[in-house]
Amino acid sequence: MLDLKNISKTFGKGTVNVHQVFGGLSLHIEKGDFVSIIGANGAGKSTLFNVIAGSIIPDEGLVELDGDDITMLPEHVRAKTIGRLFQDPMRGSAPGLSIEENLALAAGRGGWFSHITRADRKAFRDRLAMLDMGLEDRMNQPVGLLSGGQRQALTLMMATFNPPKLLLLDEHTAALDPATADKVMAITDKTVKENGLTCLMITHNMTTALEFGNRTLMMDRGRIIFDTCGEERSKLTVPDLLDKFRENAGKNLDNDRMLLS
Amino acid sequence: MSAILEMLQTAAEMGLIEGLTVLALFLSYSMLGVCDLSTDGCFTLGAVVGAVVALAGHPWLSILAAMLAGISSGFVTAFLQTRMGINSLLAGIIVNTALYSVNIAILGGSSLINLNKADTVFSFFRSVLGENGKSYAVLLVALIAVALATAFLVLFLKTRLGLAVRATGNNADMVKSSSINPIFTTTVGLCVSNAFTALSGCLLAQSQKGANINIGSGLVTVALASLLIGGTFIRRGGLLVKALGVVLGSIIFRLVYSLALSLDMPAYMLKAVSSIIVILAISLPYLKEKFPEFRRKIEHSPLGKKLKHKGDTNDA
Ligand SMILES: Nc1ncnc2c1ncn2[C@@H]1O[C@H](COP(=O)(O)OP(=O)(O)O)[C@@H](O)[C@H]1O
Ligand SMILES: [Mg+2]
Repeated sequence: MLDLKNISKTFGKGTVNVHQVFGGLSLHIEKGDFVSIIGANGAGKSTLFNVIAGSIIPDEGLVELDGDDITMLPEHVRAKTIGRLFQDPMRGSAPGLSIEENLALAAGRGGWFSHITRADRKAFRDRLAMLDMGLEDRMNQPVGLLSGGQRQALTLMMATFNPPKLLLLDEHTAALDPATADKVMAITDKTVKENGLTCLMITHNMTTALEFGNRTLMMDRGRIIFDTCGEERSKLTVPDLLDKFRENAGKNLDNDRMLLS
Repeated sequence: MSAILEMLQTAAEMGLIEGLTVLALFLSYSMLGVCDLSTDGCFTLGAVVGAVVALAGHPWLSILAAMLAGISSGFVTAFLQTRMGINSLLAGIIVNTALYSVNIAILGGSSLINLNKADTVFSFFRSVLGENGKSYAVLLVALIAVALATAFLVLFLKTRLGLAVRATGNNADMVKSSSINPIFTTTVGLCVSNAFTALSGCLLAQSQKGANINIGSGLVTVALASLLIGGTFIRRGGLLVKALGVVLGSIIFRLVYSLALSLDMPAYMLKAVSSIIVILAISLPYLKEKFPEFRRKIEHSPLGKKLKHKGDTNDA
């Protein structure tokens, strides 16, 4: 489904700040996989997503999606098949446009000069109602008025309105309060399952990493140091994960930002 | 009485014609988030292209030609800032400067063009309206132009492309996520807005029966002032209300200016006044936000403490 082949990326080449993030990273993801990714700060998790989504072109290596080489495809073209959410809930929607207008852009129906139709509105309303946040009655309000949790749920809906081949979630609940984070995570899980999406999710919450999905990757210094799925994974606990990290990375996982429980 | 009416009519005519430029900034500045400093040059470009084509005997074609010229100018400004790595303000200034030469070249090396003998859209309407109505020709043309431009703009901004243009100024990342290239939407937005600016210049030149190379100078500030005045009068409402609001801002600006002229303000003060309006409109909200902090600083300074102490003893 998704294949990263020998990806290398060095930032600040030819400066004193030269920093190699990847030196030949390879990764294969199966169709329908829901993969959680954990790792210390600066391990290269977000950079990995940037390479997959096209925000960063790797120095070497290939990115293949469904057998197509997409390494050089511009970001907005890849966005047709790759949906993405960031930690910052403000990043996924346009605050000055109404909920309905944001959805219309995400849905991308019709030609350049098409207007939002009654059928579109009905479809948007039905989908919004599923979020159970009352947004379906506020479709004409600017998105800037929504709370962080509502905006993140809306962004998730926008990213999956036309089910993408691949969904990338970069700590998308980290900026939310715990109750809202749980709710958005539940919506995420439901959306992924209902649409049979292939999904990669970076999380700083170890419990979330084990609770959701069917495979977990641990990253350190641009490498995948632990990769688990199936029965082995189902038996893992958070302390096991920490042990694995210490074993494979030769240091403790930085605990300040990690949620261990 | 008739002098006052005449003043009002002139203010309305000017306000409406320049209102097209204000609508252009409504699109580029308010929607797209680009402060397009090529506005002055583009306005003049519209004026000279329209004048040259009208003088050649094509009054209707002159409007189309002016708008096409505006689109080209907007395209170059957009290209420089989206593809050539030039900061958007600088791109506007560069195009503005280059347009000065281009405009003189279009006038065949002269810096003036006279339309006294040429057929224009206005002379057409003057003959249609006849002896009694001909003094309203400029007002009528200006009204029609503003109505068409506003209708087009509002409809456009509700299309998928228009939504994408608006979202570009809001959150370009989100536009990319919607599989739309923000470079494309920026280009479209600047082409449309510059078409309006050039139309504005074309109509002003033809209504005044001539143009000189400085017809557009300082207009970006005047139009920005009008835009911000409109914004303070109309705070809420849909796109149509907001668009009409900025045209209203333009008319109000012209009215206040005429009033000031009749109170013996010299005409050359126009640009200083528009600059002051822009400064106030942009800084006041900022200063208002900063004021509590400023007050605390004063209160914490030795002087503030001394004053406070004095106040206390006075109370006692
Ligand atoms: N655009 C960039 N320019 C320079 N350095 C970068 C850039 N993006 C990421 N880095 C560096 O790459 C490393 C990995 O960052 P990142 O992928 O964001 O880590 P994380 O695993 O915390 O998401 C960090 O050291 C970061 O400073
Ligand atoms: Mg990160």
